[in-house]
Amino acid sequence: MTSTPPPRPPLPLQRHARAGRLTAWAVLVAGASLANLAHADRAAGATIARQGAGGITACMACHGAQGEGQAAAGFPRLAGQGQAYLLKQLQDFASGQRKNPQMEPIARALSAQQMRDLSEHYASLPGWKAEAKPAAAAQPAGGARLAMAGNWDAGIPACFACHGPDGAGVPPHFPALTGQPNAYTRAQLKAWQAGTRGNDPQGLMKSVADKMSDAEINAISEYLETPSFYGRRE
Amino acid sequence: MSNWFSTWLENQKRTRSFHPSWILLVVAATLVVAGIVWIPAALVSKAEYDRLPSAALPASDKASIPSDEIPAAVEQPGFPARTGPKTIRVDFSPPDVDAIPGGKFGEAVRLGRNIFNDTQTYARAYVGNALNCVNCHLDEGRKADSAPLWAAFAMFPAYRDKNQKVNSYEERLAGCFRYSMNGKVPPPGSKELVALMSYSYWMATGAPVGVELKGRGYPKLAEPRQPPDVARGKKVYEANCAICHGADGQGTQVSGRYVFPPLWGKDSFNGGAGMTRVETAAGFIQANMPLGKGGTLSEQEAWDVAKYMNSHPRPVDPRLVKS
Ligand code: HEC
Ligand code: HEC
Ligand code: HEC
Ligand code: HEC
Repeated sequence: MTSTPPPRPPLPLQRHARAGRLTAWAVLVAGASLANLAHADRAAGATIARQGAGGITACMACHGAQGEGQAAAGFPRLAGQGQAYLLKQLQDFASGQRKNPQMEPIARALSAQQMRDLSEHYASLPGWKAEAKPAAAAQPAGGARLAMAGNWDAGIPACFACHGPDGAGVPPHFPALTGQPNAYTRAQLKAWQAGTRGNDPQGLMKSVADKMSDAEINAISEYLETPSFYGRRE
Repeated sequence: MSNWFSTWLENQKRTRSFHPSWILLVVAATLVVAGIVWIPAALVSKAEYDRLPSAALPASDKASIPSDEIPAAVEQPGFPARTGPKTIRVDFSPPDVDAIPGGKFGEAVRLGRNIFNDTQTYARAYVGNALNCVNCHLDEGRKADSAPLWAAFAMFPAYRDKNQKVNSYEERLAGCFRYSMNGKVPPPGSKELVALMSYSYWMATGAPVGVELKGRGYPKLAEPRQPPDVARGKKVYEANCAICHGADGQGTQVSGRYVFPPLWGKDSFNGGAGMTRVETAAGFIQANMPLGKGGTLSEQEAWDVAKYMNSHPRPVDPRLVKS
């Protein structure tokens, strides 16, 4: 019953020491969160994006100076994409859950902190805007319809039902689609069909991609690069 | 044979007397004629009878529909099952949206479509929550097994247990405003009801009348093996639904508008809505949710998650409120 004696009351000196350590911690934590508020992360991310770091190629080389991507090469736009989504993609490249010969080695070389800084940086850049690039004269008709109404005969919901009004994304899980290079969107949809991209939560995107025909993939990929929203419900 | 017949005939001609073979001849002839008329008739009517339900068999997707036994009436909660040939289920596809005609009628159809898809904007005055008709009637009210309008239109007037009288289609629409939309009923003849009637009427263009169309209402699931359970339902919810409808069931908004609608709470359907019946919700969910993955939950999971959804508070049934 009486196995352990009650703890001794601490000596006055010890009590002071503990209080001191506590204040030191409090100052440190407050300082760190202040630094966070001052976007130190973002700035560090911007530097890696521009210059690279210790053997890591500058992201800019492929994803563009403003994170706008490179349509011709099919390198995706990162600017304005959701922070949580970007971070998850970097982690998935690093773990090999998402496969790509260019991005996998880069993501593996990044530390957890650098991943956070970079996704913070790109999420803070302006996203795609309809005015930025006038819509191509002839939009593939099937693309707009797929985006806004889907093709329920094949069980495909409207893309924008999950990716948000005007395809601008629904953070944290559903990325923006608009302004992505034609070749990039097509490659992703094909990757889901082929099983080389399988990192979507609950298999939600795979279940959609699997039902799409080649013609639908072409139409929607072309449409999403410079979508016009004319002809929607309103 | 012909030899025998001609001698017999010659004999008859000559003697003009009755021969017992006449009886045989008459009986045989009657049988032949009856056979020609009766056997094909029986075959044709059987083929027709078989064709209707088999055409109504699920193409590939809806494994949840119990295989159609002849003539399987889908029992709609709230509707007495129709009997006789009227319950034979027939395939029907509504016309394409591009086929909406011009003119005054086309205008009304288009307004009806807008009200249906964006009730918040086009019939604001009659809505008391954050929902749109399309949230529960997917693909602009066109999707089979999601209570599509084309299948509903020709089934009214119909008796409903809910208000214990024969309801017109207009009155059926009113019901969804009052309960599902937790709102006010647009007056008969109002432009909102006229537009929704026009939209439904157009969508049922060419639909056979007096037969139940395949895909009407929400599928009726078999009785669950285990009684629906809130605790199991919570697990199903967290794994399959929370990503869109939120851990708290309040949906997800982007710039003030719901992308994923709320399932309970003040912005959702009220306690009098059809969706509060666990069996109705389970049928809807199994066929249509998670969005894009309809038919993937087991029926037991659908029952459980429906029970969980309906174990939360929501606006009260207006019939229970004393005015
Ligand atoms: C050599 C060119 C190249 C460089 C350099 C590069 N990337 Fe990429 N990145 C790609 C390609 C190609 C893809 C598309 C991969 C695919 O098809 O799955 C991609 C995809 C991505 C994605 C996923 C985008 C999405 O919408 O899902 C992220 C995030 C990303 N890169 C971040 C970075 C960051 C951060 C850096 C710098 C540290 C970087 N990339 C450097 C070529 C590059
Ligand atoms: C049921 C919800 C849902 C629907 C409907 C849907 N998506 Fe997705 N989509 C997702 C999710 C979730 C992701 C994110 C995957 C991840 O986290 O890696 C995604 C990701 C994507 C991506 C990758 C974006 C990038 O930057 O790499 C593309 C491209 C895409 N979807 C295209 C489409 C198209 C085209 C349609 C319509 C035909 C569509 N989606 C409909 C859920 C959906
Ligand atoms: C919260 C979900 C919900 C919303 C929102 C909703 N409904 Fe319904 N609706 C139902 C349910 C449940 C039924 C009954 C289906 C059954 O019993 O199989 C139904 C039935 C119907 C029917 C009759 C279908 C038939 O085959 O008999 C019509 C017509 C209808 N709704 C129209 C509308 C209209 C118009 C709106 C918008 C003003 C609307 N609904 C909004 C859930 C909803
Ligand atoms: C990928 C996102 C997504 C997932 C996951 C999802 N839903 Fe939905 N749900 C929707 C959308 C979008 C609608 C509205 C459909 C429309 O307007 O076309 C909806 C509508 C509904 C409705 C009718 C409208 C309302 O607010 O009451 C119910 C009930 C529902 N979902 C239940 C569920 C249940 C239960 C699950 C899990 C088994 C689930 N959903 C999973 C996106 C989703």
